Amino acid sequence: MSKRKSKETSSVNGECISQVQRILRERFCHQCPNGKLFGVQLQYKHLLELLKRTTIHGESNSALIIGPRGSGKTMLLNHVLKELMEAKQVRENLMQVHLNGLLQTNDKIALKEITRQLQMENVVGDKVFGSFAENLAFLLEALKKGDRDSSCPVLFILDEFDLFVHHKNQTLLYNLFDISQSAQTPVTVIGLTCRQDILELLEKRVKSRFSHRQIYLMNSFDFKQYLRIFKEQLYLPAEFLYKPFTQKWNKNVQSLSEDRTVQDVLQNHFHCSKDLRSLHMLLMLALSSITVSHPFMTGSDLLEASKSCRMDSKANIVHGLSVLEICLIIAMKHLNDVYEGEPFNFQMVYNGEMKVSTLKSINITLLLLK
Amino acid sequence: MNTRQQCKRIYSWVGRAKSSDQKMKTFQYRGILIKSERSLTEMCILLGEFVLVEGANADQPFVAKLLKLYEDGSQEKHAVVQWFSRITELPLNKRKLLRREVSPQEIFLDKAPGYGTDINVETIIKNVKVIPLAPEEVVPVRSKGKQIFFVKESWDGKCFKPLSPGLLSELKEAEKKKRVGSPTPLTDCQVFPSDFICSLKAETDRVTRSTMKTKNIQMEIESRHSASKSSLSKERHSQRVANGINTPGARKKLQLNSPTKSRNKLTGCNVLELLGDDCDALEAREPSATKRKVTFTEILGSPPKVSRTNGEPDSPQTMRGDWSKVAETIRISPYRRGQDSSLKAKNLDGKDDDTCLAEEQELKTRRPVVIPRSHRKCVQKTTALIAEQLHFLNISEQDQEDDYLPSTDCSDSSSSEEEESMVPCTPKRKTRSSTTLSTPKSSWKPSDTTPANTPRKSPEPRTPKTPRNATPRIPIRNQATEKPANVLEEARLRLHVSTIPGSLPCREEEFQDIYNFVESKLIDGTGGCMYISGVPGTGKTATVHEVIRCLQQAAENDELPSFQFIEINGMKLTDPHQAYVQILQLLTGQKVTATHAAELLAKLFSTPGPKRKTTVLIVDELDLLWTRKQDVMYNLFDWPTQRQAKLIILAIANTMDLPERIMMNRVASRLGLTRMSFQPYTYKQLQQIISSRLNHIKAFEEDAIQLVSRKVAALSGDARRCLDICRRSTEICEFSSQKSASGLVSMAHVMKAIDEMFSSPYINSIRNASLHEQMFLKAIIAEFRRSGLEEATVQQIYHQHVALCRIEGLQIPTVSEIIAICSRLGACRFLLVESNNKYLHVRVRLNISQDDVMYALKQE
Repeated sequence: MSKRKSKETSSVNGECISQVQRILRERFCHQCPNGKLFGVQLQYKHLLELLKRTTIHGESNSALIIGPRGSGKTMLLNHVLKELMEAKQVRENLMQVHLNGLLQTNDKIALKEITRQLQMENVVGDKVFGSFAENLAFLLEALKKGDRDSSCPVLFILDEFDLFVHHKNQTLLYNLFDISQSAQTPVTVIGLTCRQDILELLEKRVKSRFSHRQIYLMNSFDFKQYLRIFKEQLYLPAEFLYKPFTQKWNKNVQSLSEDRTVQDVLQNHFHCSKDLRSLHMLLMLALSSITVSHPFMTGSDLLEASKSCRMDSKANIVHGLSVLEICLIIAMKHLNDVYEGEPFNFQMVYNGEMKVSTLKSINITLLLLK
Repeated sequence: MNTRQQCKRIYSWVGRAKSSDQKMKTFQYRGILIKSERSLTEMCILLGEFVLVEGANADQPFVAKLLKLYEDGSQEKHAVVQWFSRITELPLNKRKLLRREVSPQEIFLDKAPGYGTDINVETIIKNVKVIPLAPEEVVPVRSKGKQIFFVKESWDGKCFKPLSPGLLSELKEAEKKKRVGSPTPLTDCQVFPSDFICSLKAETDRVTRSTMKTKNIQMEIESRHSASKSSLSKERHSQRVANGINTPGARKKLQLNSPTKSRNKLTGCNVLELLGDDCDALEAREPSATKRKVTFTEILGSPPKVSRTNGEPDSPQTMRGDWSKVAETIRISPYRRGQDSSLKAKNLDGKDDDTCLAEEQELKTRRPVVIPRSHRKCVQKTTALIAEQLHFLNISEQDQEDDYLPSTDCSDSSSSEEEESMVPCTPKRKTRSSTTLSTPKSSWKPSDTTPANTPRKSPEPRTPKTPRNATPRIPIRNQATEKPANVLEEARLRLHVSTIPGSLPCREEEFQDIYNFVESKLIDGTGGCMYISGVPGTGKTATVHEVIRCLQQAAENDELPSFQFIEINGMKLTDPHQAYVQILQLLTGQKVTATHAAELLAKLFSTPGPKRKTTVLIVDELDLLWTRKQDVMYNLFDWPTQRQAKLIILAIANTMDLPERIMMNRVASRLGLTRMSFQPYTYKQLQQIISSRLNHIKAFEEDAIQLVSRKVAALSGDARRCLDICRRSTEICEFSSQKSASGLVSMAHVMKAIDEMFSSPYINSIRNASLHEQMFLKAIIAEFRRSGLEEATVQQIYHQHVALCRIEGLQIPTVSEIIAICSRLGACRFLLVESNNKYLHVRVRLNISQDDVMYALKQE
């Protein structure tokens, strides 16, 4: 009887664990717009208002979202767009054009992509994809035709904005900003970039047309907030199927966050990088150690994960070398100390190694064997 | 058609000088001979005829009546013309005065002053047919025969008036006289030896080859003809023409025509006007109410022929013209004859009339069905149809028309030929194919080329192409935009840069200068350049547009001569040479390649253009038009210096010394010294701009406006920046409205907005960086101080970093972590990191000042 019961619980647990892993992995790996935002409420509000004005009042705007990698620029934008799209009035009106500086490497490709995403290629048959010049004239003509009150607002999102700056003459940027500053189709140009010196890269007439709205994302939280984020990231949602397990899991997470070793691990991690993506990486590794027999995360799991995260790749290679190879490297290290970074040739390394191996060969081999 | 412009024409006088004016040293002539170089055809245009004159748009040449031809002292050939205007040439707002639909074939006797009537003979393309109509008459509807024009009313720049009876009769007289006296292209394929006809007949299925053959033969005749220069050979030619017409076939035809002659007298005299025109033959095919009438006129086509054959050729010269025309129209005429004969038969044979009509209609209805087939099939089909019909007719009238048969057959074959040769001439397909295929046709009489019957024009099934100038647009939004709800929103709307203000404050002086410049050039009818410079956001483009708007207003009120306004922007071009394309397209609506556009424009601006309005061209972002050879700039500034160009250029750029800096001397000198520079706005001006935009909306505190203006004036004087800050501060005010008592935008809001826009992000982001990132920056500075250099490798910095960590008692990061930190800082451009894979030996520099870093890190 008791045997059967234990079997049942274990099977429930197995199901449960796989569910937990699925949920958490999704949270760590995908930038799902359902995830939570941390410490960017002001920026969120600013951006939301900006886009609302574009869609509802037909006001043209331009803005840049600037922040280091992994600071949640795209996530912020996705969140705003998601909320924006919930309003019916916006959903029906707004047209979006997503460009990425890594994909649209020059203006010609970018223009083609814009026409494609605006679904204008069917308007003129094969005519759109004529020459670059025709394409530009066509697009400008199209955007010029509209006015504030009657045309659909168009939202241009330029990911990796800094790469667009290097296009010839910054033609695309000039034209987009120019439209945003003239009485044509209402457009909002949002650029995402991690470069802090982006404004200095813009040509002066392009810069003059840019509205100078900059939204900075800084990762401006301290360690307490970091701990809270850590907890938030691990908590299972209340609507999770296995209620008792959820309770236990969440209680465990709470106790984890108060654990000294865990705090140390996180502190080190926090000192290295405030980037939430690296935290996700850490948690991901810890999560992979969770099995049916080991259903709850422990401090040692996190420590292990942190170790493998912070592993020095070059040192790892040295660990796997043979005795002779290690001898060579030791000889090189000696020479490097002697010559202070000056170059040396193989003959010198060989001589050095010979000296070492004849004198202490036995000792070293013994030492290494131990 | 572009090809027409490319082919060279040689102009020579007809006959000797009619009279000469000793005082003016001019010689007057009574006609001009136009010889096309490529096709070796000639045409003769006499005084009183109507001609097409090259204009800006090659597809729509001007129409004029030749009044006088003379050569002046400098051997230049001139013509004095009376202009006629198409409806498209009239100002848009005046077209409404007509209160009726105007067919594209209708033209107006242009009495408006302002157009020079003295043109260069070289701009004449060819003669054209213009039919005067009495006011009560209706302009005949025709689908494609657009090379016939109808004149009904005159236009004097203010209103339309019907042609006065005297003028009308004068025009009609001229028309008639021309028809009788001048060589109407009377046509006969009998000019060809009969064996040629036979060969054609045999080769009806191999249409292409036969076309080539006719062409060859024609060319041969032409060349032979042109080679023969002596009067003797000319006489022989004239003889041949006369003989040719007197061949049995023609005689028979004349006989056949004679009975109908009596009938056609019954038809109104206005029918006479349509006489003898090739085009009209084809009108018969149109199912129109006037059909019957026209059929008669076609048969009437013979009387002038009779007069021609009976009357003696007046002079060798005109005979030459005749001969060339005969040769030209050979291919067309038989077709008409085919039609003629069938219709004739219908008239003669009263009983069969109905059945014939039915058949005729059937032919009509079946023709369009044939269109989508391949060309050759189409031709065969139609030939077969015609042959069938003719055969039917011939059976019913065998006794009467036995010896007419061969010529009808000939007409079949050549009618199919005609179709083929017509095809490349359609205006749409004017590309390479037409230049290679139909070279001789470029100099054809328009009345010859145009009747290319509508349904059979499209030889192969073409994919349904969207119209060339389809203007795409962004879809229209479903919900209306919301109106601004409160004062702040209203203010924000007005402060947006895109809002066009009613007036431009603080640029009155510049406005007046530019206005005066353009106005004076407009009144003088000359051209000129003006260079306008100024830093971004100082209202250069806005002022120039304002000037143009005012000038257009004045032109509309008839205070100024009307002008054409076009604009290009260097930033909106993908390549400097695209400027030509854009200008040409805006000027004439043509779409051509850059090199071709340059040629066309050069031609347009350098030849004495008839009827040309002054063009005002704005070149924005001029510096982007720079090329290594500077040919674009050179051309742009060279055109206005030419007398006939009537081009005013307003060039706008950022830098004041652009002409000295990047232009070659020859370009800079052409640009001239008319320059103007827009100074950055002072704070008072900015203040005025904001208040005038707000226009008594109380949204800002006075101090706030002043603060913005002073800040911006101190930084750049860019009005755009100023407006943007104001807009942003209204937003800030709106969000924090509960805090401020008055609800107005106050100093605090403005300060916040300015901070947001201008404060350097570096210090803040350094403070928000992670501990080790900050430590790394410290290590860099320590290493720089140690080595005294502004550059270090990661290895050196790492040593410093480790030392610092030991002091602080932190865990020492591994090398991998240090590299990661370094690349993160590099991505944000705090550091400039060498981009290679040297690992520890990568060189690193600071991208921000050391003081900034120290300041940012010390605060903690």
